[in-house]
This record gives sequence, structure tokens and C-alpha cells, in this order.
Amino acid sequence: MIDKTTWFDICPLSDIPKNTGVCADFNGQQVAIFHLNLTQGCHQNGQGSAVKAVDNFDPFARANILSRGLITETDQAYFVASPLLKQQFCLDSGLCQQDESISIATYQARIADGVVQLRA
Amino acid sequence: MSINNSDKQKIVVVGNGMVGHHFIDQLVKNGGGDYQIVTFAEESRLAYDRVMLTSYFTGNTADDLALTTPDAYDEQGVEYHVNQQVVGIDRGAKTVETASGDIISYDKLVLSTGSFPFVPPVPGKDQPHIHVYRTLDDLDQIAESAQSSKIGVVIGGGLLGLEAANAIKQLGLTTHVVEFAPRLMAVQLDQGGGDLLRQKIEALGVSVHTEKNTLEIVAGQDCRYRMNFADGSFLETDIIVFSAGIRPQDHLARINDITLGERGGIAIDDQCVTSDPDIYAIGECALWDNKIFGLIAPGYAMAKAAVSHLTGGDKTFKGADMSTKLKLLGVEVASIGDAHGNTPKSQSYSFIDSATGVYKKIVMSRDGKILLGAVLVGDSNDYGQWLQLALNSIELSHPPEYLLLPAMDGEMSSAGTGIDALPPAAQICSCYDVSKQALCDAVAGGAHDIAALKSCTEAGTGCGGCVPLVTQVLNSELAKLGVSVDHSLCRHFEYSRAELFDIVRVKKIKTFEGLISECGQGDGCEICKPVAASMFASLWNDHVLNDELVGLQDTNDNFLGNMQKDGTYSIVPRIPAGEITPEHLILIGEIAKEYNLYTKITGGQRIDLFGAQLHQLPPIWQRLVDAGLETGHAYGKSLRTVKSCVGNNWCRYGVQDSTGMAIILENRYRGVRSPHKVKMAVSGCARECAEAQSKDFGVIATDNGWNLYVAGNGGMRPRHGDLFASDIDDQTLLRYIDIIFMFYVRTADRLQRTSVWMENLEGGLDYLKEVVINDKLSINDELLAQMAHLKDTYQCEWKTTIEDPQKLKRFSHFINSDKADDNVTFITVRDQINPSDKFALATEL
Ligand code: SRM
Ligand SMILES: Cc1cc2nc3c(=O)[nH]c(=O)nc-3n(C[C@H](O)[C@H](O)[C@H](O)COP(=O)(O)OP(=O)(O)OC[C@H]3O[C@@H](n4cnc5c(N)ncnc54)[C@H](O)[C@@H]3O)c2cc1C
Ligand code: SF4
Ligand code: FES
Repeated sequence: MIDKTTWFDICPLSDIPKNTGVCADFNGQQVAIFHLNLTQGCHQNGQGSAVKAVDNFDPFARANILSRGLITETDQAYFVASPLLKQQFCLDSGLCQQDESISIATYQARIADGVVQLRA
Repeated sequence: MSINNSDKQKIVVVGNGMVGHHFIDQLVKNGGGDYQIVTFAEESRLAYDRVMLTSYFTGNTADDLALTTPDAYDEQGVEYHVNQQVVGIDRGAKTVETASGDIISYDKLVLSTGSFPFVPPVPGKDQPHIHVYRTLDDLDQIAESAQSSKIGVVIGGGLLGLEAANAIKQLGLTTHVVEFAPRLMAVQLDQGGGDLLRQKIEALGVSVHTEKNTLEIVAGQDCRYRMNFADGSFLETDIIVFSAGIRPQDHLARINDITLGERGGIAIDDQCVTSDPDIYAIGECALWDNKIFGLIAPGYAMAKAAVSHLTGGDKTFKGADMSTKLKLLGVEVASIGDAHGNTPKSQSYSFIDSATGVYKKIVMSRDGKILLGAVLVGDSNDYGQWLQLALNSIELSHPPEYLLLPAMDGEMSSAGTGIDALPPAAQICSCYDVSKQALCDAVAGGAHDIAALKSCTEAGTGCGGCVPLVTQVLNSELAKLGVSVDHSLCRHFEYSRAELFDIVRVKKIKTFEGLISECGQGDGCEICKPVAASMFASLWNDHVLNDELVGLQDTNDNFLGNMQKDGTYSIVPRIPAGEITPEHLILIGEIAKEYNLYTKITGGQRIDLFGAQLHQLPPIWQRLVDAGLETGHAYGKSLRTVKSCVGNNWCRYGVQDSTGMAIILENRYRGVRSPHKVKMAVSGCARECAEAQSKDFGVIATDNGWNLYVAGNGGMRPRHGDLFASDIDDQTLLRYIDIIFMFYVRTADRLQRTSVWMENLEGGLDYLKEVVINDKLSINDELLAQMAHLKDTYQCEWKTTIEDPQKLKRFSHFINSDKADDNVTFITVRDQINPSDKFALATEL
């Protein structure tokens, strides 16, 4: 059982090139973590680096690939576009932009002392 | 609530339906603050969109349908009373009386009381669960009845009856339509059209009973009621909805001696004034030239005429066209003008395609030149165009059958019936009476997109049926004004790709952040990021996985491989011109065997290894690179392959070394990134075994040198290349390709192959020759230098990647573990691996 209050170390932030994602093994769960580094738009964390985490599993393609998708922005909301069939998922809510009946799980993520951490 | 301001004329509007509201809206807009407006609504809410009534059962709420709100009326100073029927008029005292006994004075009175559903005097009609179909309250009651019902019958197979049938079907009931006439929609359709409509509607599971006269409604055996028909047959049902026509709501006029028509309706003149000069009547309650108009567009036109008269304008109501286009139970139906061929000596032509269920009939003038009327069932795409032909009496230059035959479309457009053939006065939007001239004026006045045009003319904001025509007018006018249609790349850049390319080139921009701050906004998207990556690569040729660039790459460039449907990758080493040594063949085979990869010869004369997982890519490429093989860029929007034939080395017909030239080309242009992929081929003689004419650049050997073809395409829309130059030598061939290739890279749109680029290039092939052969733009040196730079800075992207530990970190399924993706599993098909069935098929790319 994952403890919902504890943060788990995943990797140094420097392992995730800016504006790309990686997949983390989070207690057996595949989680896609994205390193947002935005110079123009403003997001909750202000300018600079922030991390977002969602399921790595693409419910349309049924494959573990979302961490390899392109990050996109619409009206200051951030999405990942599936590398296979291009559906976009909101990095904050997990909601699919093309089909609102589909959403994926989101996870809490943060940067602590240059280390990316996840919490269920 | 009301401030009695004696300076203002007091206008009382009885009935707050669609037309009454439109009148108020127009008066507020055109009358300034000069009027005090009071309106009475018998219904429990202010005006809503009755035309869209049925959508109440398919997701629209009452709020969605509302045409106004109490707040909006408050803001406009309109006094309103809902649930308040007006029961009397005192024409002498100029007052009206409401059901609750209030007396309100008026200077001018407007009757916009609409119509009421006609219920024939069938014994048994006044029982519960027997409804009409006119208001939102009716729909609420029908929905409530439906909860305790299984079967529903609509009496009346006209336009509204079929709408009601649709609603009953939406509620999940077994649905029947009972019609007195021998066909459905008897007013609009002829027998052929009615029959086809019946077939289509029955196919949707709605039973149609024509020529049925209902005698009585009695208690049923299996259902609540039984309907007995004149022919002795009967039908059992739980709900009945009467939709047997509408009657003008003229009661108030009738009891006050205002002139009515013989069969009802409040008589009006061209200004919509009744027999009492202080009383107007508009909408479905009004009778003009002995005609009632049961559609919204004429009602709105009456409202405009009345407002105009009141405010001293000269707009009049001169009748209205009753053409309609509808979608009933999902079936498109339209009728135009004299659909029944009632005009003396008119001629009819019809076309039936029973396979697709399309029926079209046209009624032509005696000489066959003018379209008088038409009926369309199953496909109403022609409606807009045909309506204009009929309304404007445009003379056809082709025989009438050209209108009917689908294959003649292309010729028709050249027959002078396009949007430009319409006279300026042609009414494009009938809902809001907007002429072509008004649209042209609005475009000239700065409305350069559909949204702007809609909001300044109202065209297209009613039923929406005219939007395709409005768009045609817009595009045609924009073209005439020389205004380019919006070429913004995406929401982050208001520039076309070609414009951005120049900005990047001139300002030497190398990062996405730099580009955004120079000329964009936001943080980029799936459109602009890969375009930026491609432009940077075409200009500066830095490694695509460099820190600043990696986040911009689309799926395949992102990991230097084509992602397959299960998330694994394919591996395609470059095999220039398809020529390969046995050693390399063996190595590829050994790798495939060791990693258990699916192996296939591609359509591009090389070998593809499928099913490699992310973490396997670096070790596999290490082996290939060590043996001197390079990346094949199968993943890039860049040069793919240069296909070759064996040429004069072996072939008895060959006149040049086509394989040798193909290798030269492939090694010269490998890695050059472009707006879309680029393919080439070289054939050794005119027999063309390399299919060069289907490539972006095709080269065919001649006795004296080479013929160069450009802008060919295989794929989805094949195109043969255009002959660009003949009998040129090796040097000239390379020079021409260098220049054309770079010119394409500079000026094409994103994801535009050379074929489409050429078709959109103003001046076409001749212009391209001017640019390349005569250096018309004086840019050839620059383009040649650019290509030389790309050639000099070429690197095998995989070789660089495997030499850089930082870059390799990304080639692992997990960032924090060495495990592989346990979701990737294979099955065996014809002795090789295939993805297991669980992966969805690509439905879009
Ligand atoms: C592997 C191959 C099929 C095969 O098994 O033979 C192939 C496979 C793909 N083709 Fe192709 N095409 C292959 C030869 C062709 C050819 C034949 C040729 O090149 O002579 C054509 C028609 C010629 C042409 O392009 O004009 C061709 C026309 C397309 C098109 C349609 C292009 C068009 O302009 O209409 C697409 C879709 C696109 O690019 O948007 C496409 C897209 C694709 C993609 C990239 C789709 C994708 O994104 O996953 C496939 C992935 C390849 C992979 O995973 O490695 N492929 N494709 C061939 C690889 C050739 C090579 O060695 O690089
Ligand atoms: C289901 C359906 C689908 C339709 N589809 C189309 C279509 O696709 N295209 C098209 O052009 N038309 C269509 N119509 C017709 C269109 O809705 C009418 O032409 C339009 O609503 C007429 O507007 P009106 O204001 O004259 O009448 P209404 O909209 O009926 O408004 C009259 C209002 O006056 C009120 N009233 C009456 N007497 C009094 C009184 N004494 N005191 C106070 N209030 C009173 C009534 O309660 C009513 O609210 C459709 C109609 C229906 C029912
Ligand atoms: S194109 Fe001509 S030279 Fe090449 S293989 Fe075919 S016949 Fe031989
Ligand atoms: S014709 Fe109905 S919106 Fe224009």
C-alpha cells in the first residue's frame, strides 16, 4: 500500500531535459513525469521549472507511452499529446481534450532540492 | 417596474415568441431610447428558439434555447410579464387587459401571438397523455407521459409531425406516424420524394401509416388507447401527439373586429399594419396577401418591416420564399420554390439513386433554362446553390440534367453558377435577410473571417443553413480585395511557416524560446514545436536531441525511430540506392535474430527491423554504426530514400549509371530536414524501373545525360512529376536539385509535400524555372550555400547519440529502474514476432 502522505524520490531534475517527460516506476505503477520549463507563459509555479505527473498508459493506444509525448499549451493550460494517436491529456486534471469521457490519473509531483518527488 | 415617461411612445407587444422578441430586439437597436416597450408572454418563460425545440430532448436545456433573459430585458429597459395572457383590447381607449385584470395603455400595439396547434375534433381527444407539440411545457408533459409508456403515435406526417416523431423516438418509445394524406410531408414533397422519405424513416424503425383517417380514440387492450381508423383498421398506443397543422392565433383580433382572412389570420399590409392603424400584426398570426407564413424567416422579415414603419423607415414586407431545408430523423430534406411543378408548361426532371437513398427533382421553366423549384431527399448539399439559382432566375448555360448528375459537379462550377454569378441583391441568408451586397460591404469594411461577418451582418446566426454560401462569398471577396486568408501557423504564431522561416533565418534564431519572444506567444503546441524543430534543423543543422531542441520533436524524431503501435520502435539503417554488401546483410540478419526483431524489406529498397524497445535502440545502433552503417532517417521529415534501378552496370538497356547517381544523391541529401519527407529515384533509361516520376525528385537517364522531374508523389494522392530540365549533365543536375530543394524548404507550408507545394506555387513550373535557371530572385547563391552548409555539417544522428552518455539517459523505459515495459508482449505470426492483439489499430495519424 502506498502511503499517501510520504514523498518518494524519483530522480534528479537534471535527468529530465526541459520540456520533456520520463517514465518512473512508482511502486509498480508507471507514471509519466514532465519537466515544464516555461519562459513565456505563467503556470501555478511561476516561471522556471515545475513537474507534473500523470499515468503513463495511453487509454486510446493501450500502450505505456505518454511520457514520450510532446508538451503543448492552450490558454496557459498544459497538455501532453500522445505520441501515437495524438489525443491530448491535461497535465493538471488528466482529462482528454478530444473526448471528455476519458481521463487518466494524475499524481502529485514536486521538486525538492533538485530531486523530483512523487506522492500518490 | 414601469416608469411612465410621457415623452416616449409606448409600444405594447402581445406574445413574446420568436417574432415578438425579434421585433423588440430590432426596436431597441434601431429606435434608440425613444420607445417604452412592454411585452406580455402567455408562456412561463421569455422567448426561446422554437425552431430548435426538439433539441430539448437531445441535450439542450431551456436556458440553452433562450433567446433572451430577464436581465437582458431589464438592461434594455424592456418591461415584461410572463404567465400573463392578454385577454382583451379596447381600441378606443387604446388599452389592453390581462387575464389578471390589469389594464395597460398603448400608443402602438403589436400582435405577435403566433399560432396554436390544430387538434381535429376526434372523439376521445381530451384525455390524459394526449398532447400537442409547440412549447417547452408541451415537451415536459410528453416526457412525463413517456415514463409510463411504451408506444407513441404522432398524428400528422408533416414537417412538425416528423419532428415530434423524432422526439418520441428519442424518449425510447416505439414510434408510429399516422398521416391522412397518401404521403409524408405532402405540402413540401412530391410522391417520389415522399416515398423515399418514408423508406428512410421506416429504416430507422419508425412505422409510417398513410391514408389513415382517425375516427375515435378509445380505451385500448394492450395499451392505454386504441385509435380506430375510417378504413376499419386500428392501432394501439400509450401516448398520442397531435401535429395536424397550425392555425393562426387571431383570437384577440377576432373579438375586436380587426379584419381577418376568410380562413383566419390577421390581415396586414406591406408595413404589417392591420385594419387598425395603431395595431401591427407580425409572425405566424399575420396574413399577408391571403397567405400565412409558418416559418421563422418571414416572421423576422415582418418584424423588421414593422420596426421600420414605426421608426420612419421604408422597409416593407413583400412576401417570402417558403423554401426549406431540414434534417428530419437524420434524413436531409429540402424543398425549393415551385416544388410541385404548378407553373404552367414547366418541365420536371428527377433523379433517384436507390442504393444511397437520394432523390432529387427539379422543376424547370418551359425553355429548360430557369430553375423554378426542386425537391431533395437524402442529400441536400445542392440546396444553397439551387435556391440561389431559383430565387435569382439565373439562366443555366448547361442542359437541366447537368444539375442532377453528381458527376457533373466540376463542370457545373465552370458553367457560371458559382457565387460570383449571383447578383448583388441575391438574398444569401434568408433568416436575417442578408443580401450578397451586404456581405460584400461587410467584408470590404473589415470583416475578414466568418465570425466577424456573422456578428456584423447576423448572416448565418439563424438556422445556419447559409453558412457554406456565406463562406464562399467571404473567400471570393477576400481574394478580390487581395487580402490573404489567415495563414497563422497556430494559436502561438500569427505567421505562416514561410514567414517564420525568414524570421528564423534573418534573425538567426536557434531556440524555441527565442522564436516565441521574437514573434509568438505562449509556450507552443503540437503544431508549432515540430515546425520550429524542422526549421532550426534545415537552417542550423544542430543535433535534434540537443537540450534546447529535444522538447520540440514529434514522436519519431524524439527517439530517432518510428514508434509502432505498441510503443516499440523500428530500425532502418540507410542503404543508399538499395545497394548493400553481403556483410551488411548478414549483420542486419544477425542483429534481428539476436534481438528477435520482425524483419521486412520496405517499399523504399531497404530493410526495416521492427519491435525494438527503447532500451534496446542504443546497443543495436552501436553494432550498426560500428560496421559503418548509418541512420536511414526513416523517422525524419527529411530525405528518405533514393530508389534506383540497376542501370547500365548490368542492364542491357541502361544508358547511364543510375545506381551510382542514386548513391551520390542519397549521400548528398541525407539528413536534410524539410517541411515534409522527400523521396528521390534514378532510373537508368526511359523504361523507368525506379518509378522516378512518382518521386519529389525523379531522375531518368538519357543518351545525353539526365532528365529531371520534380514534384511527383506516390501515396494518398499520386501525382506524376513535372519535367523540369532535359539532357543535363551531372553538375547541372545537382545544382538544380540543390536550389529547388532549398527553395522548397524555405517556402513550403508545414507538412506540404513538393507536389502540393508546386500546385500552390504562383506561376507554377514556369516560375520555378525562372527562379532556378535564370535566378530571377537572385537567391541562388544563398540557397546553394545553405545546402553546402547542410552537407558539411551532416552527422549520423545515431552515431552522435551513442557517443553521448547524457543523451542515452532517455533511452530507458524507466528513469529510476532498469526494468522493461511488461506491457509489451508479442505473438508469433509466420515465424516472426508481431505486437499482441491488445494494441488498438491506428484510426488517425
Ligand atoms: C516501412 C514502409 C512500408 C514498408 O513496409 O515497405 C513505410 C512505412 C511507413 N510509412 Fe510509408 N513506408 C514506406 C514506403 C512508402 C512509399 C514507397 C516509396 O517510398 O517508394 C510511399 C509512397 C511514395 C511517396 O511517399 O510518395 C509511402 C507513402 C507514405 C505516406 C503518404 C505520403 C503522401 O504524400 O501521400 C505516409 C503518410 C505521411 O507521410 O504523412 C507514410 C507514412 C509511413 C509511416 C512513417 C507511418 C508512421 O508514421 O508510422 C510508416 C512507418 C515506417 C516505420 O515504422 O518504419 N508513407 N511510404 C516503407 C518505408 C520505405 C523506407 O525504406 O523508408
Ligand atoms: C417543433 C417545431 C419546429 C420548427 N422548425 C422550424 C424550422 O426548422 N424552420 C422554420 O423556419 N420554422 C420552424 N418552426 C416554426 C417557427 O418556430 C415559427 O415560425 C415561429 O416560432 C413563429 O414565431 P411567432 O413569434 O410568430 O410565434 P410563436 O413563436 O409561437 O410565439 C407566439 C407567442 O405568443 C404567445 N401568445 C399567444 N397569444 C397570447 C396572448 N393573448 N397573450 C400573451 N401571449 C400570447 C404564445 O404563447 C407564444 O409564446 C418550427 C416550429 C416548431 C413548433
Ligand atoms: S530503368 Fe532501364 S536501365 Fe533501369 S533497370 Fe529498367 S530497363 Fe534497365
Ligand atoms: S439562412 Fe438561416 S441563418 Fe442564414
